[in-house]
Amino acid sequence: MAELKKKGLQKAGIEVYEWFEHRLGIVKPAVDAAVHPVPASAASWWYVFGSAATVLFVLQIMTGILLALVYTPSANHAWSSLQFLNNNVELGWFLRALHGWGSDFMIAIVLIHMVQVFMFGAYKFPRELTWIIGVLLLLLTLGMAFTGQVLRFDQDAYWGLGIGASIMSRVPVIGPSLVHFLLGAPIIGSATLSRFFTLHVFVIPGLLLAGVALHLLMVLRLGINEWPMPGRIVRKATYEAEYHKLNEKEGIAFVPDGAWKDAIFAAAIILSVMACAFFFGPFGPTGQPDPTIIQTAPKPDAPFLWLFAVLSLLPPEMETPIILIAPVIIIGAMLLLPLVAGEGEKHWSRRPVAVLMVSVIAVSLGIFTRLGVTTPWSPVMNAWSSNTVPQRYIHDRTPLEREGALVFQNKQCRDCHQVGGEGGQRGPALDSVATRLTEDQLVRQVLQGGGNMPAYGNALSPAETAALVAFLKTLRGNDLSPAQDASRALMGENPAEEPVPGEKSRTGKPHLSEKAPVQEK
Amino acid sequence: MSEQHSDRLTGDLSPEENKLQSEPKSGPKDHSRRVFLFKLSLLINGAVGVVLAVPIMRYLLGPVIQKKSSYHSWITLGNVDDFPEGETRLADYRNPSTTAWDGDTGKVACWVRRKSGNEFQVFAINCAHLGCPVRWFAESKLFLCPCHGGAYYQDGSRAAGPPERGLFEYKYRVAGAKLMINAGELPTLSTPASAQNANFVPLDKIGRATWQS
Repeated sequence: MAELKKKGLQKAGIEVYEWFEHRLGIVKPAVDAAVHPVPASAASWWYVFGSAATVLFVLQIMTGILLALVYTPSANHAWSSLQFLNNNVELGWFLRALHGWGSDFMIAIVLIHMVQVFMFGAYKFPRELTWIIGVLLLLLTLGMAFTGQVLRFDQDAYWGLGIGASIMSRVPVIGPSLVHFLLGAPIIGSATLSRFFTLHVFVIPGLLLAGVALHLLMVLRLGINEWPMPGRIVRKATYEAEYHKLNEKEGIAFVPDGAWKDAIFAAAIILSVMACAFFFGPFGPTGQPDPTIIQTAPKPDAPFLWLFAVLSLLPPEMETPIILIAPVIIIGAMLLLPLVAGEGEKHWSRRPVAVLMVSVIAVSLGIFTRLGVTTPWSPVMNAWSSNTVPQRYIHDRTPLEREGALVFQNKQCRDCHQVGGEGGQRGPALDSVATRLTEDQLVRQVLQGGGNMPAYGNALSPAETAALVAFLKTLRGNDLSPAQDASRALMGENPAEEPVPGEKSRTGKPHLSEKAPVQEK
Repeated sequence: MSEQHSDRLTGDLSPEENKLQSEPKSGPKDHSRRVFLFKLSLLINGAVGVVLAVPIMRYLLGPVIQKKSSYHSWITLGNVDDFPEGETRLADYRNPSTTAWDGDTGKVACWVRRKSGNEFQVFAINCAHLGCPVRWFAESKLFLCPCHGGAYYQDGSRAAGPPERGLFEYKYRVAGAKLMINAGELPTLSTPASAQNANFVPLDKIGRATWQS
């Protein structure tokens, strides 16, 4: 009886399925696509990044929709609605964290995917267009990261928009129009936020969805790239027949023979995003977007730190041309790559220039990102009031030299100059400045500046200058000999080398000199 | 005319399409009429599209098309006496054109330096490099930028770092006991802090000839 019932149910189920499939007709093509043959060599752990990026994209769409349930895209309320999400909405903080970490993971995976495709020569014939669409997808992904950072609408977002507007303003002729188009208003405000909301929620995701669909269709149509072999040359005339033959010989069904690795990696990635979200929490929001609160040091999110560093290290006169021309060249080169190098060797061991390029670019991005984290070019705005002069630099010093240490502190020299390992790194550390500059040079440097140091002639009285230089003269590192003026030495005017008062000599004996007060005269 | 027309049309089509379209059901005459109507429909839709695009583009480019001078106006920054002589103080104002939903972002900060008497300099808060907020350091008499380390002297001129010029300056006027500036736009290298031809007429003196002062 039960058997019969089961059979009846089964039959009914099949009938329902057939009713739908007869009308929809999507299951059969979907199954055909899933089991399409791929070269056995392509079922590798190296080939999982594209699918992982797609899975992360789906995660971003889902968490994004959920966040939009609460987020308010108005300049007046965006920041508070994020605070509300963080603190008042059940698990709102976790959804924000998932979306934020998902974004960082997606960029990382997309970049790894791109490097893998490049190193394996997968962009060559007939997959040139797949690569080109992939480059556009990378740009759209970065666009999502930037617009998403704006939606956080905290201090970093506000001033980040200012940076964007300032870059736009450098474009010749249409600069002002671009600024107004970007901001949607004469100043950064709600109109700006609405624009970026539209981009982040409607425009770019729409383009991404369409692009990903095309990208995937082309992978299915052209077949996944086979594992490259040294000496196996891609030729437009023969490649497709060779690929077809290879697939016939050693092809395996993508589902399930190849896809299990993709599935496991995707699960591991999602789990990693969840772990980061859980342990490290959401990103910000940092301070509220009130432009009258200027005690802030704006910084972009991780994917753009390298750019932040580049913008501060470019020489001023080259900055505008480089900002405007370099992106065109870089993006143009990426787009044209498969059209220029569509044939030839695929294997990395036969493409030293490709290996070198990837290494140099990766190391450069790493270094610039690191610099973006430490920002050695930025003055430490509170070093003058928070970092003290090390005791050994004022111990056993003359009153004038101690007064100089005070001037050094009060005139905020510490904001740019380290002493005893603390302070800004904009200028050189001064622990041994007296071994590099003579007294005259110190006075000149302080009063007139130069070499990227402002002139302090207007900010220092003669007495303050004298005291400051007296203090700087005591900074001779580990008891090194002071800098000497060669011309004076020739004339026999150079003072004989004297031990610096208070500095420990190499014997460990303090040579507290009795001459110190005499010097002061 | 139609004969010639259809010849040219069918000549463009691939053999399969050609065969498909010239099914015996509809004669060649009928076919050429439909092709003509299809082309006409494309033309009509193109025209409608252009007409539709005009308002859409105008809407989209609204902020670009708007007359630049309409952004700026004279606003009161505070009493002259709020700013001690020889000092540089932070001031803020609400941008002349804002919406209720702009919230705090409708506010703008600026640095006011009272050189002496009624002589002022009013600097934009935005660094001339990339727009970050500069901070005034009274002891070293410098404006420093936290982003990329731009530095400016007390008169706003460039001292060091990546900026290629000095701080942006607002045009100001002293009206009675009030300090007023001409403002309304985010200053960048290509958008000015004050209107280029800002003519000042104090509200309480409108009607009198005061612009020569």
